[in-house]
Amino acid sequence: MSELTLETEGERFVIVKRRFNAPPEAVYRAHVEPALLQQWCLGPDGWTMPVCINEGKAGGKLRYEWTNAEGQGFYLTGEILEVDPPHRMVHVERMHLPDPTPDNHVVTTFTADGDGTLMTMRMTLPDAETRKAMLSSGMEHGMEASYQRLERTSGWT
Amino acid sequence: MHSPASLDATLAALADPTRRAILARLAQGEATVNELAQPFPISQPAISRHIKVLTEAGLIVQRVEGTKRPCRLASGGLSELGAYLDLLRGALTRNYERLDQLLAQQATAKDQ
Repeated sequence: MSELTLETEGERFVIVKRRFNAPPEAVYRAHVEPALLQQWCLGPDGWTMPVCINEGKAGGKLRYEWTNAEGQGFYLTGEILEVDPPHRMVHVERMHLPDPTPDNHVVTTFTADGDGTLMTMRMTLPDAETRKAMLSSGMEHGMEASYQRLERTSGWT
Repeated sequence: MHSPASLDATLAALADPTRRAILARLAQGEATVNELAQPFPISQPAISRHIKVLTEAGLIVQRVEGTKRPCRLASGGLSELGAYLDLLRGALTRNYERLDQLLAQQATAKDQ
Protein backbone atom coordinates (compact mmCIF):
# COMPACT_ATOMS: atom_id res chain seq x y z
CA MET A 1 0.00 0.00 0.00
CA SER A 2 1.25 3.46 -0.69
CA GLU A 3 1.48 6.65 1.29
CA LEU A 4 -1.01 9.41 0.84
CA THR A 5 0.47 12.46 -0.84
CA LEU A 6 -1.05 15.89 -0.55
CA GLU A 7 0.23 18.86 -2.52
CA THR A 8 -1.05 22.34 -3.10
CA GLU A 9 -1.35 23.64 -6.64
CA GLY A 10 -1.13 27.40 -6.47
CA GLU A 11 -3.41 28.95 -3.90
CA ARG A 12 -6.61 27.39 -5.16
CA PHE A 13 -6.22 23.63 -5.30
CA VAL A 14 -5.00 20.70 -3.28
CA ILE A 15 -4.10 17.43 -5.01
CA VAL A 16 -4.41 14.20 -3.05
CA LYS A 17 -2.93 10.96 -4.41
CA ARG A 18 -3.21 7.46 -2.99
CA ARG A 19 -2.66 3.97 -4.39
CA PHE A 20 -5.00 1.09 -3.56
CA ASN A 21 -4.34 -2.60 -3.91
CA ALA A 22 -7.59 -3.28 -5.82
CA PRO A 23 -8.80 -2.62 -9.38
CA PRO A 24 -10.46 0.70 -10.34
CA GLU A 25 -13.92 -0.94 -10.43
CA ALA A 26 -13.69 -1.83 -6.72
CA VAL A 27 -12.22 1.51 -5.64
CA TYR A 28 -14.80 3.46 -7.66
CA ARG A 29 -17.65 1.39 -6.18
CA ALA A 30 -16.38 2.11 -2.66
CA HIS A 31 -16.66 5.84 -3.45
CA VAL A 32 -20.30 5.76 -4.61
CA GLU A 33 -22.16 2.93 -2.84
CA PRO A 34 -23.57 4.17 0.47
CA ALA A 35 -23.26 0.81 2.27
CA LEU A 36 -19.52 0.83 1.44
CA LEU A 37 -18.94 4.55 2.11
CA GLN A 38 -20.46 4.10 5.58
CA GLN A 39 -17.68 1.62 6.40
CA TRP A 40 -14.70 3.83 5.59
CA CYS A 41 -15.53 7.49 4.95
CA LEU A 42 -15.56 8.40 8.65
CA GLY A 43 -12.57 10.67 9.29
CA PRO A 44 -10.94 10.35 12.71
CA ASP A 45 -11.75 7.32 14.89
CA GLY A 46 -14.94 7.55 16.92
CA TRP A 47 -17.28 8.80 14.19
CA THR A 48 -20.03 6.98 12.30
CA MET A 49 -22.09 7.94 9.25
CA PRO A 50 -25.72 7.01 10.02
CA VAL A 51 -27.03 8.79 6.90
CA CYS A 52 -25.37 8.33 3.51
CA ILE A 53 -27.07 9.34 0.28
CA ASN A 54 -25.06 9.11 -2.94
CA GLU A 55 -27.19 8.87 -6.06
CA GLY A 56 -24.14 7.83 -8.12
CA LYS A 57 -25.14 9.54 -11.38
CA ALA A 58 -24.71 12.93 -13.02
CA GLY A 59 -27.23 15.34 -11.48
CA GLY A 60 -27.51 13.10 -8.42
CA LYS A 61 -27.40 14.33 -4.84
CA LEU A 62 -24.97 13.67 -2.03
CA ARG A 63 -25.72 13.89 1.67
CA TYR A 64 -23.43 12.45 4.33
CA GLU A 65 -24.19 12.88 8.03
CA TRP A 66 -21.61 12.08 10.70
CA THR A 67 -22.04 11.72 14.42
CA ASN A 68 -19.97 10.60 17.43
CA ALA A 69 -20.69 9.03 20.82
CA GLU A 70 -20.94 12.49 22.45
CA GLY A 71 -23.82 13.32 20.12
CA GLN A 72 -21.85 15.87 18.13
CA GLY A 73 -22.50 15.92 14.44
CA PHE A 74 -22.11 17.70 11.12
CA TYR A 75 -23.09 16.96 7.56
CA LEU A 76 -22.09 17.44 3.96
CA THR A 77 -24.33 18.05 0.95
CA GLY A 78 -23.36 18.04 -2.70
CA GLU A 79 -24.27 17.36 -6.28
CA ILE A 80 -22.64 14.99 -8.76
CA LEU A 81 -21.71 16.80 -11.97
CA GLU A 82 -20.14 14.04 -14.08
CA VAL A 83 -19.50 10.32 -13.79
CA ASP A 84 -17.49 8.00 -16.01
CA PRO A 85 -17.36 4.74 -14.04
CA PRO A 86 -14.89 3.43 -13.02
CA HIS A 87 -12.49 6.15 -14.15
CA ARG A 88 -13.68 9.55 -13.04
CA MET A 89 -16.25 11.54 -11.12
CA VAL A 90 -16.74 15.25 -10.62
CA HIS A 91 -18.83 16.69 -7.82
CA VAL A 92 -19.31 19.75 -5.66
CA GLU A 93 -19.71 19.49 -1.89
CA ARG A 94 -19.99 21.75 1.12
CA MET A 95 -19.75 21.10 4.83
CA HIS A 96 -22.47 22.36 7.16
CA LEU A 97 -20.83 23.34 10.45
CA PRO A 98 -23.79 24.20 10.58
CA ASP A 99 -23.23 27.22 8.31
CA PRO A 100 -22.33 25.94 4.84
CA THR A 101 -18.72 26.34 3.73
CA PRO A 102 -18.10 27.62 0.16
CA ASP A 103 -18.51 24.95 -2.51
CA ASN A 104 -15.60 22.55 -2.85
CA HIS A 105 -15.25 21.36 -6.47
CA VAL A 106 -13.73 17.87 -6.55
CA VAL A 107 -12.43 15.88 -9.53
CA THR A 108 -11.59 12.27 -8.63
CA THR A 109 -9.87 9.93 -11.08
CA PHE A 110 -9.12 6.21 -10.74
CA THR A 111 -6.33 4.91 -12.98
CA ALA A 112 -5.27 1.26 -13.26
CA ASP A 113 -1.74 0.90 -11.86
CA GLY A 114 -0.47 -2.68 -12.21
CA ASP A 115 -2.93 -4.77 -10.23
CA GLY A 116 -4.02 -1.73 -8.23
CA THR A 117 -5.45 1.73 -8.67
CA LEU A 118 -3.93 5.17 -8.43
CA MET A 119 -6.55 7.59 -7.16
CA THR A 120 -6.06 11.32 -7.70
CA MET A 121 -8.38 13.86 -6.13
CA ARG A 122 -8.16 17.53 -7.07
CA MET A 123 -10.04 19.65 -4.55
CA THR A 124 -10.68 23.34 -4.21
CA LEU A 125 -8.61 24.85 -1.42
CA PRO A 126 -10.94 26.68 0.96
CA ASP A 127 -10.27 30.35 1.71
CA ALA A 128 -8.60 31.36 5.00
CA GLU A 129 -11.90 32.05 6.77
CA THR A 130 -13.29 28.62 5.84
CA ARG A 131 -10.07 26.91 6.89
CA LYS A 132 -10.36 28.54 10.32
CA ALA A 133 -14.00 27.40 10.63
CA MET A 134 -13.04 23.86 9.64
CA LEU A 135 -10.09 23.88 12.02
CA SER A 136 -12.20 24.92 14.98
CA SER A 137 -14.78 22.22 14.22
CA GLY A 138 -12.12 19.61 13.50
CA MET A 139 -10.01 20.66 16.44
CA GLU A 140 -11.66 18.59 19.14
CA HIS A 141 -11.58 15.19 17.48
CA GLY A 142 -8.52 15.89 15.31
CA MET A 143 -6.42 16.84 18.28
CA GLU A 144 -7.98 14.13 20.40
CA ALA A 145 -6.49 11.58 17.99
CA SER A 146 -3.07 13.23 18.40
CA TYR A 147 -3.34 13.03 22.18
CA GLN A 148 -4.29 9.36 22.04
CA ARG A 149 -1.27 8.63 19.86
CA LEU A 150 0.85 10.58 22.29
CA GLU A 151 -0.46 8.67 25.30
CA ARG A 152 0.63 5.44 23.65
CA THR A 153 4.13 6.82 23.24
CA SER A 154 6.31 6.16 26.25
CA GLY A 155 9.26 8.18 27.47
CA TRP A 156 7.94 11.62 26.59
CA THR A 157 8.03 13.27 29.96
CA MET B 1 8.23 38.47 8.75
CA HIS B 2 10.62 35.83 9.98
CA SER B 3 13.68 34.97 7.95
CA PRO B 4 13.02 31.93 5.78
CA ALA B 5 13.93 28.73 7.58
CA SER B 6 15.48 25.87 5.70
CA LEU B 7 13.08 23.33 4.27
CA ASP B 8 14.77 20.61 6.34
CA ALA B 9 14.08 22.49 9.58
CA THR B 10 10.45 23.04 8.59
CA LEU B 11 9.88 19.41 7.63
CA ALA B 12 11.61 18.16 10.78
CA ALA B 13 9.45 20.46 12.87
CA LEU B 14 6.29 19.16 11.18
CA ALA B 15 7.26 15.50 11.49
CA ASP B 16 5.97 15.29 15.06
CA PRO B 17 2.26 14.92 15.99
CA THR B 18 2.58 17.02 19.16
CA ARG B 19 4.12 19.89 17.22
CA ARG B 20 1.41 19.63 14.58
CA ALA B 21 -1.21 19.73 17.36
CA ILE B 22 0.49 22.84 18.80
CA LEU B 23 0.35 24.52 15.38
CA ALA B 24 -3.32 23.56 14.99
CA ARG B 25 -4.03 25.12 18.38
CA LEU B 26 -2.14 28.30 17.47
CA ALA B 27 -4.11 28.58 14.21
CA GLN B 28 -6.97 29.45 16.59
CA GLY B 29 -5.02 32.33 18.09
CA GLU B 30 -2.22 33.21 20.49
CA ALA B 31 -1.61 30.96 23.51
CA THR B 32 0.79 30.87 26.45
CA VAL B 33 3.14 27.95 27.03
CA ASN B 34 0.93 26.88 29.96
CA GLU B 35 -2.16 26.92 27.78
CA LEU B 36 -0.39 24.91 25.10
CA ALA B 37 0.90 22.37 27.61
CA GLN B 38 -2.44 21.94 29.39
CA PRO B 39 -4.11 19.31 27.11
CA PHE B 40 -0.99 17.17 26.78
CA PRO B 41 0.02 14.34 29.12
CA ILE B 42 3.62 15.55 28.98
CA SER B 43 5.65 17.98 31.05
CA GLN B 44 5.96 21.70 30.45
CA PRO B 45 9.72 21.44 29.74
CA ALA B 46 8.89 18.88 27.03
CA ILE B 47 6.37 21.31 25.50
CA SER B 48 8.97 24.08 25.75
CA ARG B 49 11.39 21.95 23.75
CA HIS B 50 8.72 21.48 21.05
CA ILE B 51 8.14 25.24 21.03
CA LYS B 52 11.86 25.83 20.61
CA VAL B 53 11.96 23.53 17.56
CA LEU B 54 8.94 25.30 16.03
CA THR B 55 10.47 28.72 16.72
CA GLU B 56 13.81 27.76 15.16
CA ALA B 57 11.94 26.47 12.11
CA GLY B 58 10.38 29.92 11.76
CA LEU B 59 6.87 28.54 12.21
CA ILE B 60 5.99 30.34 15.44
CA VAL B 61 7.12 33.46 17.29
CA GLN B 62 7.04 34.27 21.00
CA ARG B 63 6.69 37.66 22.63
CA VAL B 64 7.35 38.69 26.20
CA GLU B 65 4.44 39.88 28.32
CA GLY B 66 5.49 40.18 31.96
CA THR B 67 6.41 36.68 33.06
CA LYS B 68 4.49 35.10 30.17
CA ARG B 69 5.79 34.18 26.75
CA PRO B 70 2.71 33.94 24.51
CA CYS B 71 3.22 32.07 21.21
CA ARG B 72 1.57 32.70 17.88
CA LEU B 73 2.01 31.49 14.34
CA ALA B 74 4.71 33.40 12.47
CA SER B 75 3.32 35.64 9.76
CA GLY B 76 4.52 34.22 6.49
CA GLY B 77 5.06 30.92 8.29
CA LEU B 78 2.72 27.99 8.06
CA SER B 79 -0.42 29.86 9.25
CA GLU B 80 -3.73 28.10 9.22
CA LEU B 81 -3.16 26.65 5.75
CA GLY B 82 -0.68 24.08 7.02
CA ALA B 83 -2.89 23.28 9.99
CA TYR B 84 -5.83 22.82 7.65
CA LEU B 85 -3.83 20.56 5.32
CA ASP B 86 -2.69 18.55 8.31
CA LEU B 87 -6.29 18.11 9.47
CA LEU B 88 -7.25 17.00 5.96
CA ARG B 89 -4.28 14.64 5.78
CA GLY B 90 -5.17 13.09 9.13
CA ALA B 91 -8.81 12.45 8.20
CA LEU B 92 -7.96 11.07 4.75
CA THR B 93 -5.15 8.87 6.03
CA ARG B 94 -7.50 7.16 8.48
CA ASN B 95 -10.25 6.90 5.82
CA TYR B 96 -7.98 5.20 3.32
CA GLU B 97 -6.59 2.77 5.91
CA ARG B 98 -10.18 1.65 6.48
CA LEU B 99 -10.77 1.52 2.71
CA ASP B 100 -7.66 -0.69 2.31
CA GLN B 101 -9.20 -3.12 4.82
CA LEU B 102 -12.58 -3.05 3.09
CA LEU B 103 -11.01 -3.73 -0.33
CA ALA B 104 -8.94 -6.58 1.13
CA GLN B 105 -12.10 -8.11 2.67
CA GLN B 106 -13.89 -7.86 -0.69
CA ALA B 107 -10.96 -9.55 -2.46
CA THR B 108 -10.97 -12.37 0.14
CA ALA B 109 -14.75 -12.83 -0.13
CA LYS B 110 -14.45 -13.01 -3.93
CA ASP B 111 -11.77 -15.70 -3.74
CA GLN B 112 -13.88 -17.93 -1.52
